[in-house]
Amino acid sequence: MRLFLILATLVTVLFAVSLTIGPAETGGLQSLAALLTGSDGPLPMVMREIRLPRALLAALIGGGLGMAGAALQGYLRNPLAEPGLIGVSGSAAFGAVLALQAGLTATATLGLPLAALLGAVVGVFLVMGLAGARGGSLTLILAGIAISALAGALTSLVLNLSPNPFAANDIVFWMMGSLADRSMTHLWLALPFIVIGAGLLASTARGLDALTLGEDAAETLGLSLSRLRLLVVLGTAAIVGGATAVAGSIGFVGLVVPHILRPFVGAQPSRLLWASALGGAALLLMADISVRVILPDRDLKLGVVTALIGAPLFLHLIFKTRRELP
Amino acid sequence: MRLSKVISLLAALVLSSAAALADAPRRVVSLNLCTDQLAMLLAAPDQLKSVSYIARDPRASAMPEEAAHYPINYGGAEEVYLLNPDLVLAGAYTARATVNMLRRLGIPVYIMRPALTLDEVSIRITEMGAALGREEAAAALRSSFETELAALRITDGPRPRAAIYNANGWTPGENSLPSQVLKAAGFTNVATEAGFAYGGSMPLELLVMAEPDIIISAAAYDGHSRAEDILTHPALRALKGAVAGEQVGDNHWICGTPHVLDAVRNLSAARRALLEEAN
Repeated sequence: MRLFLILATLVTVLFAVSLTIGPAETGGLQSLAALLTGSDGPLPMVMREIRLPRALLAALIGGGLGMAGAALQGYLRNPLAEPGLIGVSGSAAFGAVLALQAGLTATATLGLPLAALLGAVVGVFLVMGLAGARGGSLTLILAGIAISALAGALTSLVLNLSPNPFAANDIVFWMMGSLADRSMTHLWLALPFIVIGAGLLASTARGLDALTLGEDAAETLGLSLSRLRLLVVLGTAAIVGGATAVAGSIGFVGLVVPHILRPFVGAQPSRLLWASALGGAALLLMADISVRVILPDRDLKLGVVTALIGAPLFLHLIFKTRRELP
Repeated sequence: MRLSKVISLLAALVLSSAAALADAPRRVVSLNLCTDQLAMLLAAPDQLKSVSYIARDPRASAMPEEAAHYPINYGGAEEVYLLNPDLVLAGAYTARATVNMLRRLGIPVYIMRPALTLDEVSIRITEMGAALGREEAAAALRSSFETELAALRITDGPRPRAAIYNANGWTPGENSLPSQVLKAAGFTNVATEAGFAYGGSMPLELLVMAEPDIIISAAAYDGHSRAEDILTHPALRALKGAVAGEQVGDNHWICGTPHVLDAVRNLSAARRALLEEAN
């Protein structure tokens, strides 16, 4: 409970800070007042149409990715599992890019997140099929690298073939992710997918706890492993699909957050799920604040910051895993 | 004046123009959208052998139909060398490697700097005329451009505040041709107030806070790009609902050619409509 309060306070504070940061240098309190009560002039529009969706998306996507990381790690019982690292985000980005360039998004409003979801589902199944549900860390990471590389190459290919001269520059966005100039439209696209995905993952909480006893013990407790697997796959794919469709692939959130919070929840997967959701929201809000503080005039990609935090931790985890191997 | 003197003067004239003709390049290849257009306007028949492929793109080029009459090139040193040119026209931003390679191969390369003001458009016309040995055509083009511009230029009356806003939030600053076109059409550029000297990405927030009277954008390309997403952002749409919007394609002012007059004309009409609406 105390952890919950601390994390919730952190998210609230970061959310408020995120709302007050922007190139139009307006006073913090004045900005928040314009957001809540303003009616005339440009400032309420800036707050409601530009800064609010950005802050909301950071919290939503960060929360979703944190939770997806916790669920994947719980299900695979592998601390290296993370949607970005195992190629799910990359596959989702490929799905989204295909839908955008094929013009599918103009005919069907939900075409963009649905295509990203489909890409993510294919990615998860591929990686689990390649590594095997009980595969070791090494096979999982290798399969993830292969799928990431393939999805990245296909994404770049499609963008280079686009008739739009700006499309090739979008490669960076799809690989590293950004929340710059996102709008409420994007929030409404991502929200249902992330909420449904979070619901699916929340329903796996007891199953993941049971799984810590080992698969045989879990099955004697009446746990259906195939059902659990389906829930984790679909929940992760829905979250990653919704998030990637509007913000590109943002890596390492699902790796860092569960790792930091695991000791505080007694390594219990069910508690780690919601703690990681809050922690992920805080981390992504922090990352999005720092990209705007470090380089206010340029669109520094979110994935740069999350990778700078996450990659050293990833190296540390690899080192630890290597020591545990015979 | 004695007859013999007249004859010798005439002879000298003929000789010198023949010399000028002999000096003029005969196989000109252009690698840059802007040199393409000036060369097409000024070159003698059969003098220009190839233009860049972009010259045929109606989104970027003001002369796509004319460009269809010329073979196109993609600016590679090898293909240009095989065209056997005696003059290559390049822009200041044409790939340095290509230009250096062509010079090493002994081909003269004329590099045209971009025009950042309307006066520089006149200067570029004269310079291109000299490079092609087409001084007279250049003088005629220059004077008709200057006359038309003087007739179009709006110097008095109210100056509405305009923002040029394109993909990636790119907005041209004071020292840029589009900004000078805006000025000639009787507008003030919002980006100048915001301190953009040459142009840059203006965050959407700043545009909304600047409250321009009119927003000028190019139409989006086919396919999708995140760079152009910003042009359909709800905040920009709301702003455009409140203020006037005008589409001016890049093809009108990307290059300093007499075609910028079309942009001046369109924008003056937009200004008139804006002022009438306000009254």
